[in-house]
Amino acid sequence: MTAPPRPATVRVAGGQGFWGDWLEAPYRQVTGGPIDYLMMDYLAEVTMSILQKQKSRDPARGYATDFVTQMERILPTVVARGIKVTANAGGVNPRACAMALADVARKLKLGGKLTIGVVTGDDLLGRLDGLIARGHTLENLDTGRPLRDVRDRVLSANAYLGAAPVVEALQRGAQVVITGRVTDTGLTLGPLMHAFGWAPDAWDQIAAGTVAGHVIECGAQCSGGNCLNDWQHIPDLANVGYPIVEAHADGTFDLIKHQQTGGRIDVPSVTEQLVYEMGDPRAYITPDGVADFTTIQLSQVRKDRVRVSGVRGKPATDKLKVSIAYFYGYKAVGTLVYAWPDALEKAKAADRILRQRLKDLGLQFDAIHTEFVGANATHGPLALKDVDVTTLPEVQLRVGVRARDEAPVDRFTREIAPLILNGPPSVTGFAGGRPKPEEIVAYWPALIDKRMVQPAVELIQA
Amino acid sequence: MKRRLVELAHARSGDKGDTANIGLIALKPKDYPLLVKQVTAARVARHFKGMITGKVERFELPNLYALNFLLHGALDGGGTISLKTDAQGKVFSTALLRMEIEVRK
Repeated sequence: MTAPPRPATVRVAGGQGFWGDWLEAPYRQVTGGPIDYLMMDYLAEVTMSILQKQKSRDPARGYATDFVTQMERILPTVVARGIKVTANAGGVNPRACAMALADVARKLKLGGKLTIGVVTGDDLLGRLDGLIARGHTLENLDTGRPLRDVRDRVLSANAYLGAAPVVEALQRGAQVVITGRVTDTGLTLGPLMHAFGWAPDAWDQIAAGTVAGHVIECGAQCSGGNCLNDWQHIPDLANVGYPIVEAHADGTFDLIKHQQTGGRIDVPSVTEQLVYEMGDPRAYITPDGVADFTTIQLSQVRKDRVRVSGVRGKPATDKLKVSIAYFYGYKAVGTLVYAWPDALEKAKAADRILRQRLKDLGLQFDAIHTEFVGANATHGPLALKDVDVTTLPEVQLRVGVRARDEAPVDRFTREIAPLILNGPPSVTGFAGGRPKPEEIVAYWPALIDKRMVQPAVELIQA
Repeated sequence: MKRRLVELAHARSGDKGDTANIGLIALKPKDYPLLVKQVTAARVARHFKGMITGKVERFELPNLYALNFLLHGALDGGGTISLKTDAQGKVFSTALLRMEIEVRK
């Protein structure tokens, strides 16, 4: 087989920044102008455990069902125009997700016209005991504790795979690539490696593709959404354009959006997204390589077009990150609203009374956390230095508790409403009823030797 | 004279577990050296006293006229464990913008 001609530019469009992002975005990306790839990110840290729970109840579940619904709307356009799609919507059951998509394709009379790539191999849940027995302690990156401390409460464990299996699926002819826990950035880097034929050790290009993925993995958060700089003047967010990477073979890329869309792509909006969730900027580590964010050069080419160049990379490490979810316990949050006069003082008094009652009941909690929303919830004591609290029109008392057992949390939820009649005055805002105890599924980040994880790719014909 | 960071910089923050990050970006490149000099890790740690339990680290990105701060122990355990409204540190950045620094007239 002769290699296909290499394109001069490749356009990868960001269509979904998280599971729950704007339903209109993928449709707008595939219909609003030319793109080559549509990238959709669905997996947050705790999403995998929710999906694992669904799969344990029903073996046909365990993936992001919204993806299939969204694909149903765009699949005719995607097939007609040859747009390729990469999505980590497969969750803990990528094969079932692919089967559901194949059903949709047949329903749309697109059977025989769609090859779906399925990437698996990230799921380590069934292998945990063997790994631990062989000395892989999977210690918590934040606390240093070994996984055996919470082994009996683990709900899901997935290694972060990189771009390599996405590239393999595309090379074998997949038009839609559905993965489990592939990194957000790998869903953008994979298409670029495939299209330009970048070698896995072309570290600067790998780093550039990783930066491209980082910028568009949160959807419109780089194109005017959640942008603090000059936010009042960012045009037409109702019609916001999601970002598109227009990449060149050397790794240089432009960030753009479709014509006739709102939002703004400028150096400040892109910079805000570059620093989002950043650790050490010299070492942005992915399975594919290490990007140095201090080498990134940004320039405004014209309105809504920012060029990203100069990105340097370093070789990949020999580890993969593992995202583990475990059952922690229970939490609940109760709220009440107090009105002027003395709104903050009333809320503070109610908090003292509530805490006294919880203590008198002998309830044990791991934590009780009080916030006065409208006064200190987001800026803590820093806010109260600048505000004349006597003028506050209202303050919401917000008290949260957590515990290993459900019983004290449940009892707490019954102590909020009584304060309406037997606590401080001028209180309202209880229409939502009694808060409900909620299970806490906590996150346990760890590392594993890369050799322990073997990604697998299979193809399904719709 | 004293000026608030909100007049000199914009910012965005996010989380990694129980750590909040704040990217502080100079509105004008000429003000970046001022941020480097005055918004030190120690100064930021003092600013957030009582709001964080761990240390503050600072990284410089002169190419983006930005500083990145890591605030450890900022999120009541972080993620799903946290009982905070801002469990993922999304608006920690704006609290930093309240800081006042000394600017030559």
